[in-house]
Amino acid sequence: MAKVLIIGSGGAGLVSALSAHESGAEVIVVSKTLPTRSQTSMAQGGMNAVLGGDDTIADHIDDTLRSSAGLGDEKQIAFMCENAPDAVRWCNSMGLPFSRDESGEIARRRLGGASAPRACYAQDYTGLKLLHTLYDQCLKAGIEFVNERFLLNLIVDEETNRVLGATFLDIATGEVEEIRADAVVLATGGYGAIYGKHSTNSVQATGDGLAAAIRAGAKLADLEFIQFHPTALKNSSILISESARGAGGYLLNRNKERFTDELASRDVVARAIHEEMTKSGAVYLDIRHLGEEFINHELPQERKLAQIYEGIDPVHELIPIKPSAHYSMGGIEVDSECMSSVSGLFAVGECANHKTHGANRLGGNSLLELVVFGRHCGKNAAEFGAKSPVLALENPQLAKDANFVRGVMYFTNQIDFYQKQEMLANIFYNNVGLVREDMGLKAVLGAIRQMQKELPFMGPKDKSKVCNTNLVEFIEFGNKVELAEIIVVCAISRSESRGAHYRGDIPARNDVMFGAHTITWREGGVLCADFME
Amino acid sequence: MNISIQRSNQEEFQNYNVELEGLTLLTVLNHIKTKIDSTLTYSHGCRSGVCGSCAVRVNGREQLMCEYKPNEGDRIEPIRNVRVIRDLVVDSSPIARFNTIASAWSEGAHEENVSEEEMSSIQTQSDCILCVSCYSACPVYAVNPDFIGPFALTRIWRYVSDAREISSDAKMAAIQTNGIWDCTLCGECVPVCPQNIAPAQDIRMLRTKSGMMGYQDPNMASMFGGSLDFGSPMF
Repeated sequence: MAKVLIIGSGGAGLVSALSAHESGAEVIVVSKTLPTRSQTSMAQGGMNAVLGGDDTIADHIDDTLRSSAGLGDEKQIAFMCENAPDAVRWCNSMGLPFSRDESGEIARRRLGGASAPRACYAQDYTGLKLLHTLYDQCLKAGIEFVNERFLLNLIVDEETNRVLGATFLDIATGEVEEIRADAVVLATGGYGAIYGKHSTNSVQATGDGLAAAIRAGAKLADLEFIQFHPTALKNSSILISESARGAGGYLLNRNKERFTDELASRDVVARAIHEEMTKSGAVYLDIRHLGEEFINHELPQERKLAQIYEGIDPVHELIPIKPSAHYSMGGIEVDSECMSSVSGLFAVGECANHKTHGANRLGGNSLLELVVFGRHCGKNAAEFGAKSPVLALENPQLAKDANFVRGVMYFTNQIDFYQKQEMLANIFYNNVGLVREDMGLKAVLGAIRQMQKELPFMGPKDKSKVCNTNLVEFIEFGNKVELAEIIVVCAISRSESRGAHYRGDIPARNDVMFGAHTITWREGGVLCADFME
Repeated sequence: MNISIQRSNQEEFQNYNVELEGLTLLTVLNHIKTKIDSTLTYSHGCRSGVCGSCAVRVNGREQLMCEYKPNEGDRIEPIRNVRVIRDLVVDSSPIARFNTIASAWSEGAHEENVSEEEMSSIQTQSDCILCVSCYSACPVYAVNPDFIGPFALTRIWRYVSDAREISSDAKMAAIQTNGIWDCTLCGECVPVCPQNIAPAQDIRMLRTKSGMMGYQDPNMASMFGGSLDFGSPMF
């Protein structure tokens, strides 16, 4: 029986686990937190699928392709959209409590960039309910969970370029351990937490899987494409779902006037807000006219969050908002079978780049992607592992990583990494955010290279072996710095504007030069970047 | 503002003085960890009340740190009825353990349409974020550590009252021992739920449903010596 190691327990990880299990593999899911505590719990809007009516799958494909601004792969998008109705039925068959319309069918709402209402939802808790439903099914299937393990590195046999497993820090005990498997699936989520307080993401979204993948020799694709969600709460960057605009919410400027089409795709709306904020200083979301009853029923979470974090009640007041880093379109380069450039290493969900979102993701397509590709990936990983079982090869990775964890405790601590982390978030938001320019990007790159040199002067202050979250946060910071460099290099290389990557100094799209994916990898420790079809 | 926190390596609560007002407890703890004391250990994630990582007790009552705004003199402790790993971080294995014992999952669901009303009847129960505040507040664990408990029983009620569910028999059988009849219906779990779920009410509903399915309250049976059946024709 093939052994499949799944790293990450959000929606993508759990769907892959169920699918690999169904395909006959022995599955082990390893996660830095608990399965129900991942980023997926925060997804609100819905899951796109054409379930009849006037809507067609061709329209879903068209909308997705258009939004991807030339970087979406038509075959991959068609695969996702064609499998969408079945994905929703599958979720329904395991008890996901979708909201219903008057006729008792699964209710759908319209999200930005969509030509029809096609996001199936469960109030504004779609991700939460999906994640918990999946977790319950994993318990039913008897899938083994190993929680609170922090991914350090993938174990790769250099000669054969084959993944053998991964090393982890057991957070509770402080021990470093390895888990070997016939196939490894990375489902570790995005890297939005680099933007710190300017991101809607969980503090856990530190891109650990991407950083480990590139260290292991895998390629990454399109890392410069980071989606900014138009409506996050101004002070905390906590997300107010697109469904608020889908239901008829307005965006108002300081003079309480509308200034843009609220339901254009996210890159367009976010830039319009950015421009308006630069001009007049403030932008608000107005849902007062939707009425208290509707808000309580359809947007209960939004009301609660606005009350706690902005101290305002959206039933009676305007919600102060700003665009915040929300979704990583870029990710581990994978083929149509979800396998990376390292043999046996698969990636799925936000940490992967399935070429379905291209330069800009549509609302409602991320939950869909993780279900469709999760099912595909789990099955492929199980089949790969059964066909080519791994040999128990000797490998120095575990010893190296155990040494690292011992050694990092002796780093000098002359520079405070939390301070640097905050600085990284701020310079990223201001220079690698909605509007980028060559000068600013290069300045950020300089600052990142300086941070890389300074890492040995930082380190954890807490010397405890047991449950050292200070140590975990320091290693996460290392991953952020590693990815930050790559993101900025990609953003500098792409001398054009496309989707979420907008260059203030070069506002035009240039298909001749840049109508391709930004692929990055390391050769002998040196970061390489190239544009490839 | 002074707040004091129970640390796992010291007897006394540790006092921290922070000049922050109007922010959530989680923001205050992040400030302490990054600026004052990096050894302070706690769990957090989404900052917005959905991931269920950051439940603690404030002045003896369960709160999510990301939703609670602290006041002068607040005393913060880890949640109860679980092993403390370090400071405010606790062992979370009871979640999988109790949900598994209770078979808290769907056995499969029909595809047919379901009315809005039928769906909204399980809306609140399916809002659960597994923060285990209810588990911490429950007094039954003091006498029965195997009690299946509020969050798992709410999950059972969520599945057995789902109009699409194909079978609820196994679930109802699984919660008869160390389950619904062990609850005292004291209601301590209700006010502490950050999602406004009322596990005690769900347990009451499960008892009624059990009764309709022919199950008996074992406490009642033993009260009469356990062998008498007044409904039996043999009497």
